Amino acid sequence: MPRTGNSVTRAAGRTFKARETGILLALIAIIAVATIRNPAFLFSNDGFRDLLLTPSLLLLVAVGQAIVIITRNVDLSVGSVLGLTAYLTGRLFIDLPGIPPILVFVVGIGFGAFLGLINGALVAFAKVPALVITLGTLYIYRGINVAWAGGDRVNASDLPSDFRGIGTGQLLGIPFLTIIAAIVLIVAAWYLRNLRSGRELYAIGSDPAAAHLYGLRVTRNVLGAFLVSGALSGLAGVLYAARYGTVSSGAGTGLELQAIGAAVIGGVAISGGVGTVWGAAIGAYLLLTINRALPIVGIEDFWQRAVVGALIIGAIVLDRVLALRQSRKLLEAREVER
Amino acid sequence: MTTTAPETQTVRTYKAHAHPAWRRVLVTREAAVIALLAIVIVTAIASVPNFDSPLTVTYLLRDLAPILLIALPMTLIIITEEIDLSVASIVGLTSVMTGILTQAGWPFAIAAITAILVGTIAGCLNGFLVTVVGLPSLAVTIGTLALFRGIAVGLLGTTAITEFPEFWTDLAKDNIPGTPIPGIMVPFAVLAIAFALVLHFTPFGRSLYAIGLNKEAAAFSGIDVGRTKFLLFMVSGTVSGFAGVYFTLLYSNARGDNATGMELSVIAAVLLGGVSIFGGRGALHGVIAGVLLIGTLGSALRLAGVTSDIINVITGVLLVLSVVSASFLAWLRSRRISAIGRKKGRSSTAPEPI
Repeated sequence: MPRTGNSVTRAAGRTFKARETGILLALIAIIAVATIRNPAFLFSNDGFRDLLLTPSLLLLVAVGQAIVIITRNVDLSVGSVLGLTAYLTGRLFIDLPGIPPILVFVVGIGFGAFLGLINGALVAFAKVPALVITLGTLYIYRGINVAWAGGDRVNASDLPSDFRGIGTGQLLGIPFLTIIAAIVLIVAAWYLRNLRSGRELYAIGSDPAAAHLYGLRVTRNVLGAFLVSGALSGLAGVLYAARYGTVSSGAGTGLELQAIGAAVIGGVAISGGVGTVWGAAIGAYLLLTINRALPIVGIEDFWQRAVVGALIIGAIVLDRVLALRQSRKLLEAREVER
Repeated sequence: MTTTAPETQTVRTYKAHAHPAWRRVLVTREAAVIALLAIVIVTAIASVPNFDSPLTVTYLLRDLAPILLIALPMTLIIITEEIDLSVASIVGLTSVMTGILTQAGWPFAIAAITAILVGTIAGCLNGFLVTVVGLPSLAVTIGTLALFRGIAVGLLGTTAITEFPEFWTDLAKDNIPGTPIPGIMVPFAVLAIAFALVLHFTPFGRSLYAIGLNKEAAAFSGIDVGRTKFLLFMVSGTVSGFAGVYFTLLYSNARGDNATGMELSVIAAVLLGGVSIFGGRGALHGVIAGVLLIGTLGSALRLAGVTSDIINVITGVLLVLSVVSASFLAWLRSRRISAIGRKKGRSSTAPEPI
């Protein structure tokens, strides 16, 4: 590659080309349009808080989903894992009065990780597509949740107020949930970018057979990706209980679609090996911010799902176009070298 | 190839290991599903009160009809190693279209045909994105699942249209005269026979297996892979549209969220029926038995007082078991074949023909 310009313009060029930048601009544009139509969207206290808070839970789940998709798998069971952990959280407080919230967090995350481990073990050892396995566990986990909860539900009064404070409180104007989500995001991004096993996830997603031949521990890494996805869904479940106070057996239904949508819109290729958790996080913000912006620009929010669908399709078409262009460029470069 | 001797030798070895005809027919995945279905039916008749009443049969088949219908094209799609997750959203979209057009005063038949055409167009969009743009069908149909459902919900909001001509709702609910079998089973039977004939007795049907086993090899042997897949997605949209009109009439209810999650039931049944998610394997009689097995088991358990949540758990376990067991059996077989290979390698004096 010919090197032109100084390092600053090169870095600027890279940033401009990155998929994450594109959707970040889209997100900013939506916030701008909504704010012009109704300044309260951003500038009221509640508006700013909602902007940060609403997507935080989805962000956690989308980060886990992105890690799984990067290994060329998919986890459809995340909504069921969230629902089951959220109800477990409520039950812990009801059945063991005085239990310290920190212990509830540990149990919730551990339980989510265990459910993720079941997914991962079935996928990694039985060599069966994750789509089918997690479709099955989506049913199973949700069924267990509904059978366990029955018509029962957890109410805000069942939860101690200091636990609920985690869901509703804020530090310097930034909600706790957003801070937790940001920490998880930074750790995950650092891990995927800098650690050996993080890079191996990309290698596995790019070409599982080649990764296996090269001696990468494919089984263990795929297992780990599902475990992380389950653990993050478990964390999101505990925080769901903290934020909403009421947990019915239907909590988190349909979340898998939003999580996959967030990852795919954020530039994580569904065919594996490409993307960052930053993208998935911006995708999560984009999806839920659109939902809040639609009524403001005069569109009924019934149309949200259609917009999400159109965005997912747009994102994968764009990925395809970019991939084709890149492979053509690489071919041209090879011709030139000869 | 100058000598023919090694080839005949290979053929003989192959024949020596082939199973006798009865074993090939009886010891199959499809036969196992049908046997399991028979066991469930017999057990339910013997132990669940009211299970053998005509009314149970009627309600069971009525509710299963949309799944049975959509499972037909889904089978063909999964055999070519693709998937269509958007079918239930197409049912919802068709249902809403049927309702809106009927409410707008269109004659019902015209409204229904137009709605089915909307389903066809939706299927064409899937087919276009998969074959022309070249995207993975999983990604495409996750997107169109949200898109079609979103349009359906967007058009009607949370309202429902419940007024339909009595003639048509009666037609959807009526049984075949003198039997407890609902009338919808007649078009289903016609479609099922047509799909089975095409899949199992025509070159087109064989080409679907070829595509599922090896897309490149199929293309090299002259199969138009793109056109075939496009056609399958289009048919899937059309059949889902037909199922949507039936669904609307059966429950006299056009809503945006009709049939939500039905894609899961369809895919679970198809895979339970012995179609491989890796493509290239499966048969329609197994799939029909698979749908009936999940439906019958659910209906029997419900009559026995088991709640629908537990039934969902059982459906999920069946789905996971059916794919994991297939994978486990394949692993066992590969071990056995390599064991036979090793034994042969030791005993033979001449090197194996390559």
